[in-house]
Amino acid sequence: MADLSCNIAGVRSPNPFWLASAPPTDKQYNVERAFEAGWGGVVWKTLGEPGPPIVNVCSRYGSVDYNGTRMMGLNNIELITDRPLEVNLAEITAVKKAWPDRAMVVSLMVPCNEKAWKDILKAVEQTGCDGVELNFGCPHGMSERGMGSAVGQVPEYIQDVTGWCKQHSDLPVFVKLTPNITDIRYPARAANAGGADAVSLINTINSITSVNLDSFSPEPSVGGKGAHGGYCGPAVKPIALSMVSEIARDPETAGLPISGIGGISNWRDAAEFIALGCGSVQVCTAAMHYGFKIIDDLVDGLNNWMDDKGHANLEAFRGKAVPNVTNWNELDLNYKTIASIDHDKCIECGLCHITCEDTSHQAIGRRKDENGKRWYEVIEDECVGCNLCYLVCPVEDCITMVEVDNGKPYMNWGDHPNNPMRN
Amino acid sequence: MSRDVKAGRLSPEKIAQNYADLHPLLSGHEAAVESARCLFCFDAPCTEACPTGIDIPGFIRKINSGNVRGAAVTILDSNIMGATCANVCPVEELCEQVCVKNTAEHRPVSIGRLQRYATDHLFEIGGQPFERAEPSGKRVAVVGAGPAGLSCAHRLAMRGHEVVVFEAREKSGGLNEYGLAAYKMTDDRAAREVEFILGIGGIEVRNRKALGVDFSLKELRREYDAVFIGMGHNAVNHLDMDHEDDPGAHNAVDKIAAIRQQDLNDIPVGRRVVVIGGGNTAIDIAVQIKKLGAEFVTMVYRRGFAEMGATDFEQEVAQTNGVLLKTWATPERILVDDEGVTGVRFEYTQNDDRGHLVGTGETFDLPADQVFKAIGQHFDENPLEADDCPDMDRGRILVDENRRTSLDGVWAGGDCVAGADLTVVAVQDGKLAAESIHRYLTDGAAHG
Repeated sequence: MADLSCNIAGVRSPNPFWLASAPPTDKQYNVERAFEAGWGGVVWKTLGEPGPPIVNVCSRYGSVDYNGTRMMGLNNIELITDRPLEVNLAEITAVKKAWPDRAMVVSLMVPCNEKAWKDILKAVEQTGCDGVELNFGCPHGMSERGMGSAVGQVPEYIQDVTGWCKQHSDLPVFVKLTPNITDIRYPARAANAGGADAVSLINTINSITSVNLDSFSPEPSVGGKGAHGGYCGPAVKPIALSMVSEIARDPETAGLPISGIGGISNWRDAAEFIALGCGSVQVCTAAMHYGFKIIDDLVDGLNNWMDDKGHANLEAFRGKAVPNVTNWNELDLNYKTIASIDHDKCIECGLCHITCEDTSHQAIGRRKDENGKRWYEVIEDECVGCNLCYLVCPVEDCITMVEVDNGKPYMNWGDHPNNPMRN
Repeated sequence: MSRDVKAGRLSPEKIAQNYADLHPLLSGHEAAVESARCLFCFDAPCTEACPTGIDIPGFIRKINSGNVRGAAVTILDSNIMGATCANVCPVEELCEQVCVKNTAEHRPVSIGRLQRYATDHLFEIGGQPFERAEPSGKRVAVVGAGPAGLSCAHRLAMRGHEVVVFEAREKSGGLNEYGLAAYKMTDDRAAREVEFILGIGGIEVRNRKALGVDFSLKELRREYDAVFIGMGHNAVNHLDMDHEDDPGAHNAVDKIAAIRQQDLNDIPVGRRVVVIGGGNTAIDIAVQIKKLGAEFVTMVYRRGFAEMGATDFEQEVAQTNGVLLKTWATPERILVDDEGVTGVRFEYTQNDDRGHLVGTGETFDLPADQVFKAIGQHFDENPLEADDCPDMDRGRILVDENRRTSLDGVWAGGDCVAGADLTVVAVQDGKLAAESIHRYLTDGAAHG
């Protein structure tokens, strides 16, 4: 059995699977159920200033269903915790005491002034928690009050607030980043410059899940009106992977611990985030879809895969994919693959032909043989190896992309004769 | 009239084709699509319907995530014979019958076939996922190497005990090896499963050792710390009429065993065959005989389709294989000539006003070259007669909810105790008994 224990920025947990700051981590009741099920840690739902708690609307979630499958993407317009600060603090204290081996990170969001952050940190430190996560990502409601992504979109603010937190507390500081920016490296560099111990990403993406064509209300609808919410779930994973990789390979932030978030639904997703450098991973939508029991397969599946591959612990494969993420300019223009169709497996749907014919390079011809069987044939001279036919083919291993040894040496755009800027 | 009975009615190729797997292995793509149909229900009805309580949504989710080995371990943790059960469980009356997708999409998730996908994968990659606890120094005797006995033995071995299994027959596996239709248990599935179960270690099987012949229960109770009896049905029911042992009349279970143990091309079958009975055993023999090339196979049952022990799915298998199912008729006598059986005379039946089955007085004759009796089996306590004999109840060994018998230190399970006669139920009996024996051996508590 592989060792799944995790240590990120000094925060330890028996496995790398944490529940992200969200409704599943809003109360002692939920969090204890999660720990009983086997989750390695939680980021407690974001705490705000003392005083009257915020108020939430009804309804709060919208879903993007895809061909009969629910919640490929999920959007929410819920705000930070709507329970009194002292209740949350007391519950965090009780849970941490009862579950000392689990990671307890507390998410925070208060107005952008030093005193507010200093005060909340002093209160939170009393709970015995393992770290804090600065919510600079929430894209709705709080941002309009100058918090959440309104901070996360301004690198200088990130650096300032992170600096205050490091100055006023010894707790490890995780900075949660919003993806609603142009280049994720800038806020990550700011967090790093402010002394952050780690970054967490991605927070949710500005979104409207759909428009009701009877009422013309955006979804989720609050009495016929809607506001943009935060998008998450399996649909956002590719965006998150890319942003994580940018931070992992940026010389300024390389080595900065990352807690990966964004559409992680199963152990494979988690392994991919870890391979791109993440120290822990955070899950929310999958738990909100199926309940906490999904932790069984997250742990068991990752364990079995690591045993299969001979990875004794998470460090054995963490970041292994980072060196393979490069700039486009460094890709080998002489690398060549062409499509190959296994005619015994072909079910004659014709998608490979028509997509290539209509939208690509006219590299798959069609004919019928003497028995009337449709026959699709790769025209090797025309095939550019784009993968489209292989991607649309519904049959496992029917179309494969075969590497061709064209005898040409590695050559990137920098050296290519067509490049007017060539050295 | 000479009876027309011979082997090789069909070409070897045709017979091989007829005996192909009833539920072929899913491809990776099929498993991905089918597993994605599972909703991962909470308090899942399928799990509640499974006699061994397999976490069905849990294992299906693991298949879907690519953790196929993990899926197999989830299955086997509850049901060590999950591989056989995947092929032979009447899923249409258990897990798949209650799948919520029956309501949502009029088609259940194919739980049985997904279970086979997972367990076949584990056997393919090999390895024993279960470990033995520290040796307890205790020894347990198990009578019968069928599903109940092997399930009990495996769980006891896991708990650190040493187990000796006594099996009367040549091979281990019980009905998995001798009693299931060959088109459900292709190749050497049963033997490979036995090998896998014994792979945990700590289990010694002594074949060709029969209770009442080679040893007694008294001896076992003296020499071992506990005893589990999993003898199954050890006798078949009879028609109690003349000529039922004449040439041409057979017990279905004997023929089913022969089909499993011999070359299919060497099995003699009649041109006209009559099967008497309405359970899954009757279906198993009728379909297999038809698949070997019998021209007319008629299965006759004394009541209606709804009362048949055979499930709707099994009835459909028989019908689509060309077996004629004849209901509401009961055998009156076996027709013979000098050379043996020539047919069976049946009397039509009906329910009277009080719902009792009665004959109508009218009869018909079915000519037959072979007649198979599949009218049930029972537990025969003869081997225990001059021995320590536990209390019986309606012909079976009486047990409590932990499968304890009335004798101290003796447990029993499988077909020799009350309950549905299914592999999956026998496995559960063995598992529950093993846990009870374990508590008895470790706590010293008399009521384990």
